[in-house]
Amino acid sequence: MKYLTEYRNPEKALKILEEIKRTVTRPRKIMEVCGGQTHSLIKNGILNVLPEEITMLHGPGCPVCVTPVELIDKAVYLAEKEKVIMCSFGDMVRVPGSKKSLSEIKAEGADVRILYSPNEAVNIAKQNPDKEVVFFAVGFETTAPANALSVIQADKIGLNNYSILTSHVLVPPAITALAEDPESKIDAFLAAGHVCSVMGYWEYIPLAEKYKLPVVVTGFEPLDLLLGISAAVKQLEEGRYEVENQYKRMVTEKGNIQAQKIISEVFEISDRMWRGIGTIKDSGYKIREKYKKYDAEIKFEIKTDKIKDSGKCIAGEIMKGIKKPFECPLFGKECTPINPAGAPMVSSEGACAAYFNFQNMFKKI
Amino acid sequence: MEKSKFRLQCPMPKTDFDIITLAHGSGGLLTGKLLDTGVFDLLKNDKLNKKHDGAIFSANGKIAVSTDSFVISPIFFPGGDIGELAVNGTVNDVAMCGAVPEYLSLSFIIEEGLKMTEFWDILVSIKYASEKAGIKIITGDTKVVDRGKGDKIFINTTGFGKMHPEADIDTKNIKPGDKIIISNNIATHGIAILSVRKGLEFETDIKSDTRNLNKLTEKLLDKYGKKIHLFRDPTRSGVAGILNEIAEETNLGIELSEKDLPIDPQVKAACEILGLDPLYSANEGIFVTFADTDIAEEITETLRQNKDAANAAIIGEVTKEHPQKVLISSGIGGKRVVQMPVGEQLPRIC
Repeated sequence: MKYLTEYRNPEKALKILEEIKRTVTRPRKIMEVCGGQTHSLIKNGILNVLPEEITMLHGPGCPVCVTPVELIDKAVYLAEKEKVIMCSFGDMVRVPGSKKSLSEIKAEGADVRILYSPNEAVNIAKQNPDKEVVFFAVGFETTAPANALSVIQADKIGLNNYSILTSHVLVPPAITALAEDPESKIDAFLAAGHVCSVMGYWEYIPLAEKYKLPVVVTGFEPLDLLLGISAAVKQLEEGRYEVENQYKRMVTEKGNIQAQKIISEVFEISDRMWRGIGTIKDSGYKIREKYKKYDAEIKFEIKTDKIKDSGKCIAGEIMKGIKKPFECPLFGKECTPINPAGAPMVSSEGACAAYFNFQNMFKKI
Repeated sequence: MEKSKFRLQCPMPKTDFDIITLAHGSGGLLTGKLLDTGVFDLLKNDKLNKKHDGAIFSANGKIAVSTDSFVISPIFFPGGDIGELAVNGTVNDVAMCGAVPEYLSLSFIIEEGLKMTEFWDILVSIKYASEKAGIKIITGDTKVVDRGKGDKIFINTTGFGKMHPEADIDTKNIKPGDKIIISNNIATHGIAILSVRKGLEFETDIKSDTRNLNKLTEKLLDKYGKKIHLFRDPTRSGVAGILNEIAEETNLGIELSEKDLPIDPQVKAACEILGLDPLYSANEGIFVTFADTDIAEEITETLRQNKDAANAAIIGEVTKEHPQKVLISSGIGGKRVVQMPVGEQLPRIC
């Protein structure tokens, strides 16, 4: 597969690894922002081949992990309504709300459907004029264009039975919040390659400058990650803090302008609540006034209780890179992938689920 | 014979009904009609022809029995249908015991409204699969349930087979150093089914690998006998599921090598795009063999001579290290644990 196999070459991987070992002189904490990167680090066993000096911190870039419980409750509330077809991306359905998950209410008879594309949800709405079709639109800037496009399409064909329950979050404000957090111990960031393929990396240039932190736009294959880590280490050793683009085959400085236009046609920036972290100013999207009839929160009077995150789950500290999953009292006991207490244990991209797979196996991760 | 040619030879008989109704399961006239014109005529053999509620066969020595229910959706999928699956699935489970499957029972639970043409297609597939596997269907049952109480058609099959005289298939025979051989490409069936799942459809030429494996296992037992320690087919829970089961049962560790896993490039690409791990994807036409290390290469070669096992490969070995855990070395040399699957594999958001 073009652009995949080249980035999985074992000899090249070893060479980059050697270079990292040669370059690094003292402990460095590097945060990969995206859950997809965490997944790949674990899947390819990179965490246990990196030199001891390097600690990878697993950032908040797993959409499943940062979606607030309240929003899952809202999705459950809607899905339980008669005549509602609730459509969702796959890994959202197993995330526990305060009482139930979407997969549990599906078993009880609710019409919950797993889709790859929100356009499919528009088709379902077209085919089921007597039903209300809601798409659970979560994700970062990567899924925002497709979700926005579904609203534009629904509007174009005059659908009155389609809406989206949106929980879009944005990466740069989260990185800013982490950089400003006094507890944060991050030395450098690997920015999320796919988010940057949509949004470009221009937003990170002032950020790297202001917080004196190297930012390397990084892809997802083993060589991408190793090259990203290598570039970050090199900058740190040389005392530089710049934005570098490792993922040139996908990312440009300005990003995908067409996709950005579609996003801003439908969405505007708003404050957003991040599970485990709290509300971050201007860190998400909400639907513009013009398209408000497609906003499920406005369309349906959603009644859910205010929920506080479980006191014992330390998801926030993990996503800030302050604590490791095994430092959580629930880890592997009350909280496992079969019975997750918090979202990072649900998704395979979540740091806790990833660590659970390695427990008792390798000391150094 | 090709399946398509097979179908041409079995034109649907003229019936005075287009769909199956509750009356077809009542045991009365319509049941008789459905069975006579359909099931009995198509699947006829000396035992089934008696049209009794049960069948009698003689057996000496050890017999392996396995039962399975097939409840898949959609019932027709690229490369097969529920009928073929119901025969192959149970035939293979009997074969995995180290037995030579001979007889099958066949029970239908049909949701009323199933098109007669669909039922006929399924029956023809059952006939085709049975003949290919060399087994006879000797007894069965047909029930029809109200609309909404089933999902088109459910099939249960139970298989019987005599143990191969040379077989000693048992997890207790597995020892450190044993090689693990897979008979063909992984993840094909799971991805073929996913490609036609409602709401998740994507265009691909990937076809299910459903096939009978009894001829292959019999050949291996004829040739290598007790040097074969285990057969297991990694169906629903994928390769990850069965290897974890075996590691747990034997209290030994398993080491896999990612680069040695045979996988069709299209299936691999689909897994990449959808964020799925082929180790957790379902298979219907492959099996895993645990065998002495000195004959592992030879077994692989023997398998490869057959078109149903053209991509057979040694994928790993058994070790004393990390008991009860399955580890895999990634292409770049790092290791990770292959966990027991938790529920259904779900496509990721991004």
